[in-house]
Amino acid sequence: MRTLIIAEHTHTKLGKTTFNLVTAAKTFKQDIDILIAGFECDTAASEAASISGIKQILKADSKEYAHQLAENMADLVVKLAKNYTHILAPANTFGRNILPRAAALLDIQPVANVMRIVSPDTFARPVYAGNAIKTVKSKQPLHILTIRPTNFTAASRNEYDTEDADIITVSGTGDKGLSTYLRRVLSDSRHPPLSHAAIVVAGGKALASKTNFKLIEDLAETLDGAVGATRSAVDAGYIANEHQIGQTGQVIAPDLYIAAGISGAPQHVSGIKDSKTIIAINTDKDAPIFNMADYGIKGDLFNILPELIKRLKN
Amino acid sequence: MKAVVAVKRVIDHNVKIHVKADQTSVVYDNVKMSMNPFDENALEEAVQLKEAGKIKSVIAVTIGPDKAEDVLRTALAMGADKAVLIKTTIPTNIINIESLTVAKSLKKFIEIESPDLVFLGKQAIDNESFETGQMLAALLGWGHGLAVSALELKDDRTIEIARETEQGLEFLSLKLPCVITTDLRLNEPRYASLPNIMKARSKPLDVITPTDLMEEYEPRLDIIKVEPPPPRTTNGAAFISLDKAVEKIKQARS
Repeated sequence: MRTLIIAEHTHTKLGKTTFNLVTAAKTFKQDIDILIAGFECDTAASEAASISGIKQILKADSKEYAHQLAENMADLVVKLAKNYTHILAPANTFGRNILPRAAALLDIQPVANVMRIVSPDTFARPVYAGNAIKTVKSKQPLHILTIRPTNFTAASRNEYDTEDADIITVSGTGDKGLSTYLRRVLSDSRHPPLSHAAIVVAGGKALASKTNFKLIEDLAETLDGAVGATRSAVDAGYIANEHQIGQTGQVIAPDLYIAAGISGAPQHVSGIKDSKTIIAINTDKDAPIFNMADYGIKGDLFNILPELIKRLKN
Repeated sequence: MKAVVAVKRVIDHNVKIHVKADQTSVVYDNVKMSMNPFDENALEEAVQLKEAGKIKSVIAVTIGPDKAEDVLRTALAMGADKAVLIKTTIPTNIINIESLTVAKSLKKFIEIESPDLVFLGKQAIDNESFETGQMLAALLGWGHGLAVSALELKDDRTIEIARETEQGLEFLSLKLPCVITTDLRLNEPRYASLPNIMKARSKPLDVITPTDLMEEYEPRLDIIKVEPPPPRTTNGAAFISLDKAVEKIKQARS
């Protein structure tokens, strides 16, 4: 049997999460197909075809997928499901929007936020903000999984001498007419997106104002890194929602995570555990963040951050 | 117009979680339980719509044992008109009924009540599956809005929503009836005041026996184990100077 990956993409560009999901899918040791459902999405389909180890690309190029509305996408997944034992999507606002819908229609209990694949039917996932890890074994014939991309390395592209996967066209399932796309308001483009940045600089409530939070943004910019924030910093209005890390925000795994003025509440820490190196800056040497950081700088961030920016610019 | 709000009883978000020594679950004995915080946003939104005269009634529903009545009393104190407990006979050691079963049971309930809007939190802070609302919408054949942080009822047939994504906000128009799963920034849930808690005692709280709504429960997933996460570091942070930090950052960049 086969594995199907529901790929996140912008029609012209493949989402980076697809590469991580391919690595997850390879553990099942069976043929892997990737679904590209979109509108005028040839470029994304070709890009998917170039990933090493893919059998075929299913391209559903049709107007009803132009905005990847959950209701239309779920119908397509249901239509394709019979050929697969495993259907995967990223555990983010793209995958979670579609897969649970498809699962319910197929009478399957999905497994959400898979962080480790123990065997083809057994999966580990974090619960309670990562304060416990639950391992479940599914008794179902079809495994519908949302995968935490940060827990799997990115698959590589084909070498020059290897052929790309075949692209097969599948027909659309039509517009359900339940929802209509209106518009998108995208966040800032000065920094790379949080989900895939190699360096993330994050601030907490200690920044105390939107103006001060610029210090975090400036250090991030100096390092070509992304900007992160705790829930309290976001709730206080220092920075937009999409920068929030943790249980209610995003889960990240950068090479370097710099936490400034973040005490280290479990809800926040659950989103950064997989970072390679964590440097924490805090005035309180007993702050919980220091229990899990690799390096600590004890001191006032209002002195430390400008000094760091100055020295790193040189 | 009528709204149904599905709420879940979970370990209070301030409680530190401990895993049982036999690795079968987390510790629930003598632990404070509360309404899932995201469901408070769901309820608050429905109550605000009622106060604004946009909808007529708000019904809170939960699935669980007798004890789950406490979150329904909270819901009534926050402003729900009526509450319904779908009482389970599922052994109480199974705290988290699978979302597919929850969605199926809620579907039957909603078909009886026929509301125009169904609200749920986008995730429960215990099992963190982020899926019940979408599954319920699929079973009903309705549209859904996931992780909604703003909404506006346009007329009695459409609602406009903003949903939070990793890239920013996405605005959608949904046909009614539909399912809305709420994010924390949608509103500021009110505290149940003492007079309202007293008043809530006289509001109707119905108990529906499981045979009406729930088929025999057959879990699809076996729980193999529940374990504490491995610690990230063993000894905690090594305190370093600014010079050393600059060096470490430069290393990480190369």
